[in-house]
Amino acid sequence: MNWQSWSQFVAMGGYGLYVWGSYAVTLVVMVAEVAALVMRRRGVIDGLAKYYAARGRNHETKT
Amino acid sequence: MSKSERFSWFYFSSPQTFYPLAGRLQPWFAALAVLFCAVGLYISFFVAPTDAQQGESYRIIFIHVPAAWMSMFIYLVMGFWCGVGLVFNTRLSSMWATALAPTGALFTFIALWTGALWGKPTWGTWWVWDARLTSELILLFLYIGFMALQAAIDDQRRADKAGAVLALVGVINIPIIYFSVQWWSTLHQGSSVSMKSAPTMAMTMFAGMIVMALGFWMYSIAAALARVRCVILERERNTEWVMTEMGGRA
Repeated sequence: MNWQSWSQFVAMGGYGLYVWGSYAVTLVVMVAEVAALVMRRRGVIDGLAKYYAARGRNHETKT
Repeated sequence: MSKSERFSWFYFSSPQTFYPLAGRLQPWFAALAVLFCAVGLYISFFVAPTDAQQGESYRIIFIHVPAAWMSMFIYLVMGFWCGVGLVFNTRLSSMWATALAPTGALFTFIALWTGALWGKPTWGTWWVWDARLTSELILLFLYIGFMALQAAIDDQRRADKAGAVLALVGVINIPIIYFSVQWWSTLHQGSSVSMKSAPTMAMTMFAGMIVMALGFWMYSIAAALARVRCVILERERNTEWVMTEMGGRA
């Protein structure tokens, strides 16, 4: 085991800022990408529903 | 060859048949990504020993190197699909290229960011304009340029073609990144892992890096599958099957 205590783990031998700064930013951008993908999928489904609805109305007015 | 064997690859090269397959595969890759990353993080912090020279700062390696590998590997895969798209004019290959670019850019950013945070305590500087760092930065610009170029052209076919040409020209940058530490004198250390010799690091350190790389790989596939499904729906919106899929009254 590398760490005797929680505070030792956080300190990372004095390199805490660099190590946790790397891991935190990596986690943030990956979570952000997943969130962006979930929102994009919802947006696409929403957008297509509106697109088909609008096109449906155009068809009705024409005929 | 039986009929059912012959169909397989070409069968799934059509967006219509690939869309549901991608939907079924995606959760599995996402689960594998979580699993590998969890095991990888455990090895990185609790199994791998402290480095004799760099102390704990070296633990950045467990994301830095896998992210850098993925940044180059995704670009090669993207370049491959761009080439296929240019030559065979297949719709799905261009969609793949479009779907891969943001995830590739993400890993390039992570490689640069973690590199800066590792460089400061070990080299005494966040950034140097040396061959390895500069060519990796150019890779980020290539990804961004590819996405911007595709987004800027309205005609989808022309956007795909222009993007593909840009991506293929940019492939030259990948060997430049990879061999930069041999070709030019640089602050950046040489490869810790090569095909020719045993890794120059403790086995547990190596294992942590490989497992994290597998985690990032699975994550990339999961993200690209999710994105390619969105791209398919958008681009194929005028087809019968997407209307049916969306429950649309066509």
